Amino acid sequence: MYRYDEFDHTLVAERVAQFRDQVNRRVAGALTEDEFKPLRLMNGLYLQLHAYMLRVAIPYGVLSATQMRRLAHIARTYDKGYGHFTTRQNIQYNWPNLEDVPDILEELAEVEMHAIQTSGNCIRNVTADQFAGVAADEFDDPRVYAEIIRQWSTLHPEFSFLPRKFKIAITGAPNDRAAVKVHDIGLRMVAGPDGAPGFEVIVGGGQGRTPMIGYVVRDYLPVPQLLAYLEAVLRVYNQLGRRDNLYKARIKILVHETGREEFTRLVEEEFAAMAGENPPALPGGELARIRAYFQPPAYADLPASTPELDLALAGNRTFARWVKTAVAEHKQPGYAIVTISLKPIGGIPGDASADEMDAVADLAERFGFGEIRVTHEQNLVLPDVPRQDLFALWQSLDAAGLATANVGLVSDIIACPGLDYCNLANARSIPIAQEISQRFADLDRQHDIGDLKVKISGCINACGHHHVGHIGILGVDRKGVEYYQVTLGGDATENAALGDITGPSFSGEAITDAVETIIATYIGHREDGERFLDTYRRIGMKPFKEALYAAH
Amino acid sequence: MASTHQIVTANRLRDGAVVYLTADGRWSETLACGALAEDKATAADLLAQAERSVTDRLVVGPYAFPVALAPEGPQPTQKREQIRAAGPTVHPQFGRDTGIARAAR
Ligand code: SF4
Repeated sequence: MYRYDEFDHTLVAERVAQFRDQVNRRVAGALTEDEFKPLRLMNGLYLQLHAYMLRVAIPYGVLSATQMRRLAHIARTYDKGYGHFTTRQNIQYNWPNLEDVPDILEELAEVEMHAIQTSGNCIRNVTADQFAGVAADEFDDPRVYAEIIRQWSTLHPEFSFLPRKFKIAITGAPNDRAAVKVHDIGLRMVAGPDGAPGFEVIVGGGQGRTPMIGYVVRDYLPVPQLLAYLEAVLRVYNQLGRRDNLYKARIKILVHETGREEFTRLVEEEFAAMAGENPPALPGGELARIRAYFQPPAYADLPASTPELDLALAGNRTFARWVKTAVAEHKQPGYAIVTISLKPIGGIPGDASADEMDAVADLAERFGFGEIRVTHEQNLVLPDVPRQDLFALWQSLDAAGLATANVGLVSDIIACPGLDYCNLANARSIPIAQEISQRFADLDRQHDIGDLKVKISGCINACGHHHVGHIGILGVDRKGVEYYQVTLGGDATENAALGDITGPSFSGEAITDAVETIIATYIGHREDGERFLDTYRRIGMKPFKEALYAAH
Repeated sequence: MASTHQIVTANRLRDGAVVYLTADGRWSETLACGALAEDKATAADLLAQAERSVTDRLVVGPYAFPVALAPEGPQPTQKREQIRAAGPTVHPQFGRDTGIARAAR
C-alpha cells in the first residue's frame, strides 16, 4: 500500500518544525491572528465554534492498522477520546489545544501522515473509490493514479494559489462509489480503443451553493498523458477562473459559463501547446514504481464458502442481514470486502471513539492484511476479509458495537458537523440524523425500505452532500430558527443527478415526519424491485409534494 | 419586545474555548459571568476592551451578541450562541452546565 517516500519525509518534517515555530510566535505575540490564520489553515487547523479543529489527510481514504492506532492515540491524548470521519475521507479532531497541535503533527508524521492540503485554495487531498484495488467490478486500480496526482499536486508551485479550492476524485470501476461527477475534476477509468487503460475526464462538477454535474471533456485520455492533461485544465482555470467573486470562483462556474465546447477547446488548445514545452508525461518507470506500492497482498487460495458459513447464514438471521448490507464482492475468490457502519442507531454519523478505532485496527490485522479504508459515506472498510472468517469478524464487530446492519439503508446517513461544531453552519445536522435513525431503528423496516441515501448538510456549502442524496436535507436559518429544505432524487453515482426541492422548508420538529411521509409515499407507489430512486424517477415529484404539503 | 442587551464573546487563543468578557475585564467560560451591555455605547466600550485582550493574545475574534433577560440569567437569542454557550447538543458530556444546554435542545 501507499508509503510516503523520501520526498514526503523531509517535506513533512520541515512543515512540522515550521508550524511549531509559528505557533510559538503566535503565542509569544510575534504573529497576529490575521498573520497566523492562513498559516494554521495550511496545516489543517481551523477555529470552530467551541475549539480548534484539526483536519488530518487520509490520502484516498487508505489507512494502515498502525496509522489507525495512532489516530486513536491522538484522540485519547489530545482530544476528548473520539474523532470524526468526513465525506472527504479525512478525519477531524474537534478539541485540540493550539499548543498541542505541533506535537500531534509530529505524532502523525511518525506514521507517515499529515494535515497538508486539507484547507486552502490548493488541490485538496485526492479522493477515490473506497474499494480501490479490491472491487470485483474494477477495471484498474485508481490508487496508483491517485498517488501520482497526490505527489504531483503536493505543494505544486503553479497550483498552490488557485482561484479556489480544487477537488479531484477518481474511480477505476464502472459503478461509481467516489461521486466523480460532482468534483472539480472526476476521473473514471475506461478502456481505450486498443484496450489500454485510460480516463474519462469530467470537469466542472461540484456541490455547494451552485451544484453542478460535471461535463465530460475527454472520453478517453491515455494514462501517460494524465498529468499533462490535468495541468492543461488547471492552467485554463488559473487564467480564467473568477478570483473576484468567492461564490463564482470554483471551476464549475467557469466551465458552465464558458460552455462545454468552448471550455473543452481551451483545454485541448493548452494541452496541444504543452506538447511542445515538455509536458509532464508519465514515464513508464515512474508508473511501475508507484504501481509497486499497490501490489496485491499475498492472497491465499480460499473457498468462497464453507459449511460453517452456510450454516451461520441459514441459521442466524442477524448475521445474514449484516452480510447482506456490509459485504461487497472482492475480485479475489474466497475474499470479501466488508464495510463497517459508523452509523449505530441514534449515533453520530462518522464519529469513532478511540476504543473503536483500536478495535478496527486489531480486526484489520486479524481478518486481513492490516489495511483499512475510509469511505466518503463516513464508514470504514476492511478490504481483504477471508469469506470463511466472516462470522468470526461479525461476532467481534458486534462485541465492539460496530455491527449495525444498515450500510446503504435509511439510517446510513451522511451528516456534516453542522451547527453543533461548525462556524459556518446555519442549522444542526447531527441531531436530525440521529432522530431519523431512531425513527427507523427497526432493521426489518429498514431492509424493507431498501437502498436509500439520506444526506444532510448544515449549510449551503454541502459538506453533507445533500444535493446528491436520494433524500437531501439542507439546514437553513429562518430568523434565527433552524429549518430544513428537502430535495429528492439526487444521485452521486455514475447516473449522477441533483435533487429537486420539494417546496417550503420544514421546522426541526417536522423534518423527521417529512422524511417518514416521503418514505411512505415511496412504499405506496413502488413496483416490484424498485428502489426509492427508481420510483422517484418513474413517478416524479408530484405525489411526494402532495403528501408532504397536503395538510397545509 | 426584543431585548437590546448584549454580551461580548470570543474564543480563547490557547484552546479555542468559548469565553465571555466580564465587567472587570477578565474572560470567563460561563455566560452568566459576562458583562451585560444595556446599550450600543456600552457594547462598543466592551468591544474596545476585548480588542485589547486580542492584542494581549488572550482571545481571538471578539464580537457582541444579543441576549434576552430571564429570571435564571441572560439567555442568547440565537441558536448559534445557545450552542456556543452550552457545548455541542449531541455530546452533552462535553457541554457546560449553564442551564442553556437544555434550552438549546
Ligand atoms: S455543510 Fe456547512 S455546516 Fe456543514 S460542515 Fe460544511 S460548512 Fe459546516
